[in-house]
Amino acid sequence: MRRLFISMTILILFLILFLPFLSIVLGAFDQGADAFLVALQRPESLHALKVSFIIVMIVVVINTIIGILLSIEMIRGTWISRWLRPLINVLVDLPFAVSPIIGGLMIILLFGPNTVMGMFFENAGIKIVFALPGMVLATIFVTFPLVIREIVPILEELGMTYEEASASLGAGPLRTFFLVTWPSIRWAIYNGIILTIARSVGEFGAVLVVSGNILNQTQTATTLVYQDSVDFNMIAAYSVALLLGLFSITVLLILDWLKKRKEDQLNAH
Amino acid sequence: MKELSSRLALRSILVSYLFILVIMPISAVYLKGFSLGWDPFWKEITGIIAWKAIILTLKLSILTTFIQAFLGTFIAFVLVRYKFWGRRWLNSLIDLPFSLPTAVSGLMLLTLLGPTSPFGKWLESFGISLLYNESAIVIGMIFITLPFVIRTVQPMIEQLDPFEEQASFILGAGKAFTFFKITLPAVFPGIIAGSMLTFSRSLAEFGAISLISGNLPGKTQVASVYIYGEIENYNTQGAAAVSVVLITFSLVVLLLANFLQKWKGRTI
Repeated sequence: MRRLFISMTILILFLILFLPFLSIVLGAFDQGADAFLVALQRPESLHALKVSFIIVMIVVVINTIIGILLSIEMIRGTWISRWLRPLINVLVDLPFAVSPIIGGLMIILLFGPNTVMGMFFENAGIKIVFALPGMVLATIFVTFPLVIREIVPILEELGMTYEEASASLGAGPLRTFFLVTWPSIRWAIYNGIILTIARSVGEFGAVLVVSGNILNQTQTATTLVYQDSVDFNMIAAYSVALLLGLFSITVLLILDWLKKRKEDQLNAH
Repeated sequence: MKELSSRLALRSILVSYLFILVIMPISAVYLKGFSLGWDPFWKEITGIIAWKAIILTLKLSILTTFIQAFLGTFIAFVLVRYKFWGRRWLNSLIDLPFSLPTAVSGLMLLTLLGPTSPFGKWLESFGISLLYNESAIVIGMIFITLPFVIRTVQPMIEQLDPFEEQASFILGAGKAFTFFKITLPAVFPGIIAGSMLTFSRSLAEFGAISLISGNLPGKTQVASVYIYGEIENYNTQGAAAVSVVLITFSLVVLLLANFLQKWKGRTI
């Protein structure tokens, strides 16, 4: 029984997870390592990777800062009345419930060329849809809950005792934050940041809709993979896909390490 | 006084951020969907292709949810209860579909199931094709949603009180009886919560499915691909109308999952 169950699990996971991954590894090296490297160094690959990198950087900075501030206010803010708190909770989770394609549609409906806001920014000389700002907005929308969802449970568990003690001993809010709150939520924030990086690198649907997928301009790594696979330019698709796949595995390893660290910390107390 | 005003400023910034980023975009979809009134909205979603896409998505998402409820619970039990070589490694691998870009997941499945791969050839020799049909969509959905049920059920099994199962054994119950009468009811709320997340994610998935489904309108086109097509054709009203249906479904499911988790927390 035991042996049967274990082998069944391994077989299922082998079929669902391992075999698909293996197929792109084989695909990428189908015509040798040289073809793989050449495909990776095409100007459009390099440009797409650069665009992805810029988006990730901006999104991580904004999401982390807003995420920390919003989580603290959500838990500690006495100004939020009781009926409003569950509502804010649901609002924060909303991007999880929305298809990425719809996330992109939202940005187009709000900032598209025929809308009030779109025209306002157009007159100011800022293009949002089919340009970088729209792609950043779409990615922020999709990754918005990740940091908050990591911090909120930790803050709830922590309670206010330490912060009150710090404040009553005369520390200002900034000092209290950096010396008392920050050390306890630090690892949760790192976890949230890693998740945000993974999700923003991988975001596809929302970015595809908003960016218009213009070659060498608004094409990201994931939309390039999509474009290459649709065009049956397989080696090119595999090479960038494999790079992204290896990146995802690195992310998993880091998350695993963070989790182990957290467990060790819990055991140490 | 200065501190008070800076706090007030911070709060207004946060509230307006939430408003601009979440409330406004979602309302924009609902407003656009109903911008011409109820009748055009109804006409858009009951148009033959849109309607078939919605029904297909719902049908396959429900199927995926049921498969995942069984599969996920089974894998969660094996990973928690049995110690075997490579378990820790397998356990971290479960999250791969979360961290993998969906376009890459789609390409992986496309390659694996396609006629050029050894696996695809092997399937073909039995006359089975798992690409560009409904089973391809279900495979894509299962890949993408694999972690949900496992990750919600796992901690519940770990927190289970071992005395309850032991008591059942001592009183003479068999393994199967104990599992179905003691263990399964205890983790059931977790299975439900994970299944709801699975359902909502299956409804929403685009990247992986668009590459392997073939996107034949009225046959293998799912709702998110239909929405994408309508956006490309500048029919934003039609896209918004179908989006309203999808968002409403996921929203209800998300609220139910939230409510279940609260209710579960209260009983423990």
